[in-house]
Formats: sequence, structure tokens, C-alpha cells
Amino acid sequence: MNHLIDPNLHIWHWQIPLYLFAGGLAAGILFFAALNTILGRKEKYPVSVKLSPFIAPVLLIIGLSALFIDLNHKLYFWRLYTTIRLQSPMSWGAWTLMIITPLSFIWCGLNIKEILPKWDWKYKVLIDLEAFLRKYELVIAWLILIYALILGVYTGILFSAFNARPLWNTSILGPLFLTSGLSTAAAVIVLMSKSQLERHYFARIDLMLIGIEIFLIIHMFMGFLASTQVHIDAANLFLGGPYTTPFWLFVVSLGLVIPAILEILELLHYKMPAWIAPVLVLFGGLMFRFIIANAGQASRWLY
Amino acid sequence: MTTTRRQFIKIGALSAGSITLAGSYTWSKAASLLENKESPIRTPTYCEVCFWQCAGWVYKDEKGEIQKIIGNDEDPHCNGRFCPRGTGGVGQYSDTDRLKTPLIRTSKDGVDSFREADWDEALDYIAQRMKEIAAKHGPECAALFTHGSGGAHFGQMLKAFGSQSVTAPSFAQCRGPREVGFLTTFGDIIYSPERTDIRDTRCLVLIGSHIGENMHNGQIQEMSEAIDKGATIITVDPRFSTAASKSKFWLPIKPSTDMALLLAWMNVLIENGWYDKDYIARYAHGFEELKEHVKKYTPEWAYGITTIDPNVIRDTAREMYNASPAVIIHPGRHVTWYGDDTQRLRAVAILNALLGSWGRRGGFYNPEKAKVPDYPVPPFPVPKHMPTDAYNGKYKLANEVVSNGICDATIPTADRDCSYKIWFVNGTNLLAALPDQDQTKRAIDALELLVVVDTMPVEMTELADVVLPECSYLERYDMLRKSPHREPNIAIRVPAAEPKYNSKPADWIAKQLAEKLGLSAWFPWKNMEELLDWQLREIGSSLDEMKRIGVKKFPRKHDDLYFAPNEEIAFNTTTGKIELYSTDMEAEGFDPLPVYTAHEEPPEGFYRLIYGRAPMHTFSRTANNPNLTDIMDENSLWVNPKVAKIWGLKSGQYVKLKNQDDKLSTFSIKIRVTERIRWDSVYMVHGFGHNNTKLSRAHGRGINDTELITNVKVDPVMGGTGMRSNFVTFIVSNESTGKGAES
Amino acid sequence: MRYAMAVDTKKCVGCSDCVVACQTENKVPIGFCRDWVVEVTDGTYPQLEIEIRSERCNHCDNSPCVRCCPTGASHYADGGVVLVTHDMCIGCGACIASCPYDARYPHPDGYVDKCTFCLENRVQKGLNPACVSVCPTKCMYFGDLDDPNSSVSVILKKRKFKTLIPEAGTMPQLYFLI
Ligand SMILES: Nc1nc2c(c(=O)[nH]1)N[C@H]1C(S)=C(S)[C@@H](COP(=O)(O)OP(=O)(O)OC[C@H]3O[C@@H](n4cnc5c(=O)[nH]c(N)nc54)[C@H](O)[C@@H]3O)O[C@H]1N2
Ligand SMILES: Nc1nc2c(c(=O)[nH]1)N[C@H]1C(S)=C(S)[C@@H](COP(=O)(O)OP(=O)(O)OC[C@H]3O[C@@H](n4cnc5c(=O)[nH]c(N)nc54)[C@H](O)[C@@H]3O)O[C@H]1N2
Ligand code: SF4
Ligand code: SF4
Ligand code: SF4
Ligand code: SF4
Ligand code: SF4
Ligand SMILES: [Mo]
Repeated sequence: MNHLIDPNLHIWHWQIPLYLFAGGLAAGILFFAALNTILGRKEKYPVSVKLSPFIAPVLLIIGLSALFIDLNHKLYFWRLYTTIRLQSPMSWGAWTLMIITPLSFIWCGLNIKEILPKWDWKYKVLIDLEAFLRKYELVIAWLILIYALILGVYTGILFSAFNARPLWNTSILGPLFLTSGLSTAAAVIVLMSKSQLERHYFARIDLMLIGIEIFLIIHMFMGFLASTQVHIDAANLFLGGPYTTPFWLFVVSLGLVIPAILEILELLHYKMPAWIAPVLVLFGGLMFRFIIANAGQASRWLY
Repeated sequence: MTTTRRQFIKIGALSAGSITLAGSYTWSKAASLLENKESPIRTPTYCEVCFWQCAGWVYKDEKGEIQKIIGNDEDPHCNGRFCPRGTGGVGQYSDTDRLKTPLIRTSKDGVDSFREADWDEALDYIAQRMKEIAAKHGPECAALFTHGSGGAHFGQMLKAFGSQSVTAPSFAQCRGPREVGFLTTFGDIIYSPERTDIRDTRCLVLIGSHIGENMHNGQIQEMSEAIDKGATIITVDPRFSTAASKSKFWLPIKPSTDMALLLAWMNVLIENGWYDKDYIARYAHGFEELKEHVKKYTPEWAYGITTIDPNVIRDTAREMYNASPAVIIHPGRHVTWYGDDTQRLRAVAILNALLGSWGRRGGFYNPEKAKVPDYPVPPFPVPKHMPTDAYNGKYKLANEVVSNGICDATIPTADRDCSYKIWFVNGTNLLAALPDQDQTKRAIDALELLVVVDTMPVEMTELADVVLPECSYLERYDMLRKSPHREPNIAIRVPAAEPKYNSKPADWIAKQLAEKLGLSAWFPWKNMEELLDWQLREIGSSLDEMKRIGVKKFPRKHDDLYFAPNEEIAFNTTTGKIELYSTDMEAEGFDPLPVYTAHEEPPEGFYRLIYGRAPMHTFSRTANNPNLTDIMDENSLWVNPKVAKIWGLKSGQYVKLKNQDDKLSTFSIKIRVTERIRWDSVYMVHGFGHNNTKLSRAHGRGINDTELITNVKVDPVMGGTGMRSNFVTFIVSNESTGKGAES
Repeated sequence: MRYAMAVDTKKCVGCSDCVVACQTENKVPIGFCRDWVVEVTDGTYPQLEIEIRSERCNHCDNSPCVRCCPTGASHYADGGVVLVTHDMCIGCGACIASCPYDARYPHPDGYVDKCTFCLENRVQKGLNPACVSVCPTKCMYFGDLDDPNSSVSVILKKRKFKTLIPEAGTMPQLYFLI
């Protein structure tokens, strides 16, 4: 209720939601790559395992840059890495990124030969290194699987750790963001893949994830409405309040329901441009994070 | 009644409080302790953000910049605690919109503009014009409007020049009616700081006095102390003021009807014998007349007028009596409301007399002022006209010069030969302070020379022929503060920094100008340091000592803070008694006992415009202060939800206002829908709506109430300008200005 | 030692002197503040009540801002006072988002700033916090809760009080006398 500094309280602008979107998407992509490697479906789903992970480091760097831009005291960035704060999601995120970003590069290194088969490997060290990593491919895959999950959950936990913002203060946000991250990753693979097998496989996964997301969203609102006045107020931001239209139009309709219908139709072999559904999913995922970030900062305790 | 006696009273009251030189205290140990705890670079000052004049210390940071101002623990005005405006006084210094250099009006191709000038040129110009105009019209045609410390310096200059017309808005726009009301009753005035013994009172009655928003420091501190001690507070206000929210009784009176309530209270006190019979018998004159007079003013009669429940009137009267004599029916300060204000304040004085609170602990104490001799100068020339000649035959009981009287007399008429041709305006923004702006502008149009001394570019500076930039109070010396208090005391103002830009202190400006006018005999000192040191040595101190301690207290000459039991007292009135029945009023043809008169009511669709203070601003002088605008940067219009509903108004929306005379506000004001205001009135804080574009923070922010005050009810007794008979309606448009919605 | 502050809502007049004093004492940049005044009106004319509160960081015993800080810049200092070490703060804003009382602001120099209870610049020198020492109504009390004779302990024993959003579980150490 500090009306004097209210305008400054909206501390997180585009950077944090973008960071979370990029992080979640990268986590999803890496998750699928690692999972399919472990399950031995490397060749069955080559885009998922080999090609799409090349976006992951790019996304992680975009995410990290967004986070860096968000920092107001940039010169002290390194302070993040002088301590580990188990109770601070920000600390978790920083460390997770610190680990998963090199892993994502390594993964790309492992696959670069297959992507660029004609590239001339001049230095023997590189060849040795590749061989060395190849030996531990499964270990790396497991590491990536674990850290991708942590990253994915983290993107949701970051918000839900904030008791002060009733809208964020729900344990559903973690799984919800994780699901959304995986869903956007599946959408990317659908977009990139030319193999119908792989496309349909991931479209089905996406459909399932969308279903879970819708379930979680309904659950979240029910939870809010059954809770205290501040949580009811938080829900009301979306139920008649200022975020009603953007949320139900962009996130739920365009980002979840319509792509789900399109994907069902596609799976039922109706012909239609294959890119529409995944692009909508990506758009919806991005909007989702922006809206939750903004609305969360607008929700507050009454006193 | 004679004017000379009034003047005698003023001076007499001072000399009664003269101090013995030998017994002066040495400065306290507490001050030295504090000095060690806080940083050593501190300079004493007294605050100029309002006229409570709290003494404090100016601290600088490591870089030598003025950082903060803290109250002086020894100062009885502030007890070591400044109010928000005083604390934010640094902004008066650091404001980069300040006037920076002298300006002279020039006219080129019919277009007026200012050109920058150096001091020599500007002062030469003024001196030459003054001599020319005085040669034609006599030096009496010069008047000084002043509010604040600079008045002493410019007053000296003007009196030496040959005019006694020195006036301030703090009389006829402010406390005039109460001073005259109490003078005619008790033979003495209330003074500033008020002689109210709030800290020891058991019942404080505030009639429109909104202490807590009105941040006059000592009063708010003592009111808080009284709350702690369990005193009853009774607040009469059409608005749920902050003080009302701290009160046991809030009487939500219909505005303009206070006189009915006051008379009903008298009725209840007398009918029930709830008055101090011994005190009245011993000291009062005219009790039987009063008793007879108030018989008809029953609480039931008052109910119909004031809307206050008769039982509440009785209950509150009993509270007052039970607390008496430690009860204060507070005289208020800004009391120029409805034109019968002196009479209303007479009623307040009479109530206090009935309860025996005057001269009693917890009521009104007897203040004493430190006596400091003036530096000897030749006698001032005797003017051909006295200022009272300007409004000859009017305002007979005014004991100070009536600013609006001077203003009116500036506009030439066929039968007047003493029109003013020169105005010096120092530290008063007359377009905010004087009601009826058109009249003020007409007077200014009739002038041959208007010199405005200010620190900020304001409405007045735009009208000036010459603008002289004074430095802020943190950059200058001024005369010693020597206001009356429980203990006689003095405070000093020492510059904490060099004047910024090309600004100068008033003392320097006045002395330079006096020299150019050939009046150096009246400014024989080299500079303020010499003047102050001389004065201080006369009373057993020195400039050096005062720089170290800031405030010095002196013992009272007599132990007479309160009347002694059964003490025989000669009051300074014609009868020597407390005049319940005023012989002075009667002699001048006014009602000797206060009567109720009905006042104008708002026409259909209009609401009474009432105004007051916000704790973090002083009039229009802080509206651009960076520290204070940070907390409040515009005024808002308080509207009752019922009224808002009729008009479809929402909080945060901006509207213009139009008054009963079709005067439209220049700017828009933000609506604040609140239960705290009656449905027949709207309320705003005075001092906003500046139209000088050079004020980067204040320009266009809110509405200047003064421009809507065109219906002025002048008090015939002393010339006070009643300003609350103005009514406004909303002009709603889609246009939205200002910072936008914020709760 | 446990520093705490109590504000008497029955005496506070909402003048904001505490805000201005904090600004000048602590060089809080114009446009920001470490403390602020809240006024809540209840009822309909003429049956009205107002509560006026001077609010600031509650120096919570269980403070989300300390928990969520990734660098340890936000920490508990002497007497449980919650402080931000400027050169450890990266300005990530997590603590701002985490405070249910909106007590923190991003300082233009980059770090996050908030009320310090004037710990280092005044309290440890034996002075009261700037806001407490300026308040014209003397409605603020500051001191050590572990010391039964401190002004804050004494007043909390004498008067009824409340804290803000106790249900948030932050265990605030700013008490409002009601
Ligand atoms: N409508 C309306 N009119 C009112 C009132 C009201 O409430 N409403 N209140 C009345 C009352 S009670 C009073 S006392 C008067 C007050 O009337 P004023 O004292 O005239 O009030 P201000 O409008 O603050 O004008 C003060 C001017 O002094 C300038 N100033 C400030 N500091 C200095 C300084 O150190 N040196 C110089 N040279 N100039 C300085 C400011 O910049 C400003 O222009 O107004 C009266 N008029
Ligand atoms: N913060 C701050 N404090 C100040 C000043 C300042 O500029 N700023 N100025 C100082 C000066 S010079 C003065 S003169 C004083 C003025 O301070 P006061 O003497 O306290 O002021 P008033 O203007 O008489 O009172 C304003 C109150 O009167 C109420 N009111 C309006 N009409 C009526 C009515 O018909 N009857 C009754 N009973 N009440 C009514 C209003 O609702 C408002 O609450 O303040 C001083 N203190
Ligand atoms: S009451 Fe406030 S503004 Fe007036 S002199 Fe004292 S500190 Fe300054
Ligand atoms: S200074 Fe004191 S009275 Fe004024 S707002 Fe702050 S706490 Fe309240
Ligand atoms: S009030 Fe806010 S900033 Fe202060 S300790 Fe509690 S959570 Fe942290
Ligand atoms: S902004 Fe600074 S103090 Fe706040 S959480 Fe981030 S690093 Fe910690
Ligand atoms: S305790 Fe100090 S830092 Fe905190 S609000 Fe008061 S003055 Fe400001
Ligand atoms: Mo005044």
C-alpha cells in the first residue's frame, strides 16, 4: 500500500518473462533430447535429439542476457556465484543455468558432426574430445535430463516462491510452467521436424501437455476462489479484472484451445498448414509468462 | 477608544516582558552533548517555511552541501522537532527554479518581457523611479506588502523614505479578527506563537482550527501531549479533519453557522451555572447583559441553524465546564471567514472568560518576550498621511495595517488624494494571498512602480516592474527572532551557505537601496554581523555565542505565567475588566455583544468552497519545493460520495470549477471522493494551481482557491476579508491533466 | 537484542514529517521513499473513523526478502534489522517482489534500498532513528524488545497493538498501537 513508490514497484518488465520463456523452452528441448537419448530413440526422433538442441544454448543465452539486462546493479553480477542460497529461487536459477548452459553446448558439440557432416575437423584435440564425450553420452544425457527438469520447474517456482504476490503464491505455478515449457518445446520440434512420425509423436505429446495445462489452470482458479480474499482478488484479475481479455483470448484460446483443436484435426489427417498450431503454442506460452509476471506484480495483500 | 492606546498596548506588552541582563542563562549542556553526537558542521537558523519560526540547525554533508535541518532542542517553538515543511526546507534552497538574478521589465514593440540586470543597475533604476514618483506624489504613496523576515529590512527602508504603510496578509487575511476580538475582550492579543496552554489543558475545543493539518509546530506537539494526558478534544468542523478524528466529540457543523453554536454554548453554561462565578465576579464587565442577551439562544434554537444535536451541545458544554479553568476554546488563526469574524472571535473570547481560562494553567498563559534594543537610528520622517487615512472611516478597530485597505486605496477615485503609486512586495504572493484577484490586478495596474522581492518566480513576479531575487533563509542573516513565549527567548539565523546564483539577502538589498536613496543614516551598521553583535552584546550575549547555541532563553521577570489566586488584575480595556460587553465595540457602533447573522447559502447545484492546509505545504510558497512536492504535488477536491454520485464524479478524475460569479478556474483539480466532507461543501488545500510556467513542479498543478474567491465579506470592525462565502460547481470535461489517477 | 518500532495510530496525524526526515537524513533520492503514510477512512458522514499509519520495512523476523535474495545482500544485521549490503546486491528485484509491504525500492544507483532502522548512522551512535526523532507528535517508539525498559517494550506492554498482514507469516517488528 505504499502509494508513494507504487510506480516503482512494478520491478520486473519484459526481461523476466522473456527469461522465463526462453529458459522454459530450452529446458523442454533439452529434456526431450535427453529423454529420447536415454530411451534409445535417437534415430527415431532425430530432430528432437540432434537438431532442436542447437536452439537451446541460443535460448539460454537470450535468457541469461535478459536476466542480465534486468539487473539494476550489473557490475555486481558475479555476486550470484559467490554463494549458494538454497532458499532463493533466483540463486537456484543462476546456478542451474551455470551448469545447463555448458551442458547444452556440449550436447551441440556431440551432434555437430551429424548436422554439418562436410565440415572439416582440423584439430585432432577436437576429435579426441568428441570421442571422449561420446563415451559418456548417456551420463551427459542423464545430467541434462535432471538439470532440464530443475530449470523447467524453476521457471515456475521463481514466481510461486513469492508469498507477497497472492497470484503467484500457488504451488500449481511450478508444474504449470514446467508443462508449458515442455509444450512449447514440443511445438518447436513439430515446427522443425520434417518426419511425419516425429511430428505426430510430438503433436500428441503437445496435445497431452495442453490438456494438463488446461486442467492445471482450472485447478489454479478453483484454488484461488476457495482461498482468502486476496487470492480471490488475484483470480479476479482474470475473471473480469484488467487481465481478463489478454488471458482468456491470448493464453487460453489462441495459445491452448485452438492449437489443441488444430492438432487434433491434423492427427485426424485434415490438411492444413502445419506451422499454425505450434506457432500459436509458442505465442501462447510467451504471453502466458508476460501476463503472469505483470498480473502477479499487480496482485497484493490487503491491509 | 483611541488608536494610541492600541499602539501602547502592543509596545506595553513587550516592555512588560523586558529582561534583566544579569540573569541571563548560559547555554545548556544538552546542546553541547548533541553537538558532539551529530556532525560538528552545523549552523543555527530559524525556519522561514512558515511563521512559527522554529529554531534549528542546518547540517551539511561531507561535500559541504546542505543536507538536513534539525530542530534545536532548546527551542520552545519546536522542542527539537521540526514539522515536515521545516524538515523539507532544504528544498527551498536547492530548488533549481529559483529566481537567479534581478529582472527589469522592458517593453519592445508593445510586448513586455524581462531583461536580466545586475544588482547595481536594478537598484539604481528603482531608486531613480522612487525619487521621481515621490517628487510628484510624496513618499507616502509607497507601500510595502511583506510577509516574513525581510519585512524588518524593507520596513526600515520604507519608513526612512517617509511612508508608514507596511502591511502583511497575516492580519486582514488571517489572524486579525481574533486579535481584535480578544483585544476588545481581554485587552490583549493572542500573539504568535499562540499563548494557548495546550500541553496542560484538559479540554481543547477546536472551531475550524485544523491542528494536525495546520502544522504550527508547538500546537501540534502540545496537542499530542494533551492526548497522552487524556484531555478531551472537541472539534467543530464541517469536515472530518485530522483533529476531528482524534476528538472525543466531533460536531459536524453546517458551515458559516458557528456563531449560533457559540451563543448556545454560552446559554447552556449560564443557564446551568456552569461558569467560573468568582472569576466572572472579580474580573468581568457586563455579565448581566450577556446573560440576558443569550437567553434566547437555546441549544434547540441552534440545532435548527447548525444541525448539531442539542444534547451534544449540552454534553460538550458540560465537558468544558468540568475541565475548567484548564479548558481552551481555541481562537484559531486563519479566522477571516464570513465577515462577522471579529464578532465570532469575541464570542470565543467570552466563552473562555465564562470558563475562567484566560490567565490560567491549561487555558491561556501570559507570554513574555525578550527585550532586545534596536540599533539607534535617527527618528523616521513623519508622513503626511498615515496608512489608516487610506481607508479613513473604516476598520476602526484594526490594530495593524489592513492590506486590502491599502490595495483598495491604490485604485484612484475622485475623492481620494492618497492613492498609492509604489508597491514593494516582499515574500507575499498577493495573487494567492489576497482574495478577489481582479481587484488586486486593478490596483497593480494603477501603480507606477511595482518591485517584487521573492525567491521564486510566482504570479506576483510576473506583474512586477523589477524583480529582485532574494536568497533563501538558509543563505542569510536576519533579525533576531524574539517572539513571546512561556519563557522569554531569542533565536538567531546565520547563513549556512553562500547565496546561490545572483541572489542576495533582504538586509543587503534594503541597505543598498537606502544608500542609493540617500537614506544611509538609517542603516548605520556595516553589515548584519555588526548589527546583530551590537544587539546581542546589549543583552549580555554575542554573535559568537549565538552561533554556538542558536537559541537563548531568559528568565521571566515576574512569576506570572498564570494569574495568582485572587490576584487583582487591571485588564487593558476601557473598564479595566474583561469586557463581556465590549465598550470599544459599542463606541464604534458595533454590536457590544455578539449576535447571530445568517450567511449566504450555496445556490442550487453549487457547493460552498472551503479550504485549509495540508501538513506538508505552506500556502503557495512550498508548491514547487522538490522535497515536499515529492509527498504531495497537487491539491485535490474533496467531494462527498452523495454529491459525486449526482455528478457522476470518480476519484482521480479532473474537473474545472466555476464560482457563483461565473469565474472559471484556470486549471483542473483531481476529485477525491470522501466521506470526510459534508454534502453542501467541497474542500481543497490552499496554495496550488500556480500559473507561472517557470515553476517546473507546481505549474498547472491543481486549482488556486484564491481565483474562485471573488465574493469577499469584509469585516467592518477591522477590515478582515471573509473568504468562505463562495460557491462552486463542477465543469466536467473529458480533458484530463495532471499526473493521472493515483489513490 | 531485537530492535522494533511502534507507531501510535491514535496520535499520528499523517503529516509525513517522518518521510521527509528520512529522505534528508538518509539521502533517499527524490521520487523514492523508505517510509510512507497510509490513511484508512471508515464509515459514512458523520459516523467516521480514520486510522493513520506511518509505515516502513517491518524488519520481519521471518522475512521473505532475505530468503529470496540470491547473493545474501539482504541479511539480518544486529538486533534483527534487515539490511541490504550495497556491493553485494545485483539489483535483481526478487526482494522487491517478495515483500508483501512494498517496503523496498530500486535505488537509482542500482542496488535495492529500504528502511535500515537508521542502524549504522544513528542507532549505533545512541540516537533514535531519524523518523522517530523528528515526529512532532512523538507517536513513534523505538528500541530493543529484549530490554523490558526500552520505550518500545514499555509502550507495547501498556497498549493494544497490531501488526500488518500477520497471516503472511513474516513476523513483522513494526507495531501499530490501536
Ligand atoms: N484563498 C486563500 N487565501 C489566503 C489563505 C487561504 O487559506 N486561502 N490564507 C491566508 C493566510 S492565513 C495567510 S497568513 C496568507 C499568507 O500569505 P503569503 O505569506 O503571501 O503566502 P504565499 O502564497 O506562500 O506567498 C509567499 C511568497 O513568498 C515567497 N517567499 C518564500 N520565502 C521567501 C523568502 O525567504 N524571501 C522572500 N523575499 N520571499 C519568499 C514565496 O515564493 C511566495 O511567493 O494568505 C492568506 N490568504
Ligand atoms: N501545514 C501548514 N500549516 C499551517 C499553515 C500552512 O500553510 N501549512 N499556515 C499557518 C497559518 S498562517 C495559519 S493562519 C493557520 C491556519 O490554520 P487554522 O486556523 O487551523 O485554519 P482555518 O483556515 O481557519 O481552518 C481550516 C478548517 O476550517 C474548516 N472550516 C471551513 N469552514 C468552516 C466553518 O464555517 N466552520 C467551522 N467550524 N470550520 C470550518 C475547514 O474544514 C478546515 O478544516 O495555519 C498555520 N499552519
Ligand atoms: S512549524 Fe514547520 S514550517 Fe513552520 S517554522 Fe516550524 S518547522 Fe518551519
Ligand atoms: S511524523 Fe509522526 S505524526 Fe507525522 S506522519 Fe510521521 S509518524 Fe505520523
Ligand atoms: S517488510 Fe519487506 S523488506 Fe522489510 S523485512 Fe519484511 S519482507 Fe523484508
Ligand atoms: S535486488 Fe539485491 S537485495 Fe534484492 S534480492 Fe536481488 S540481490 Fe538481493
Ligand atoms: S528508521 Fe531510519 S531508515 Fe527507517 S524510515 Fe525511519 S528514518 Fe528512514
Ligand atoms: Mo495565516
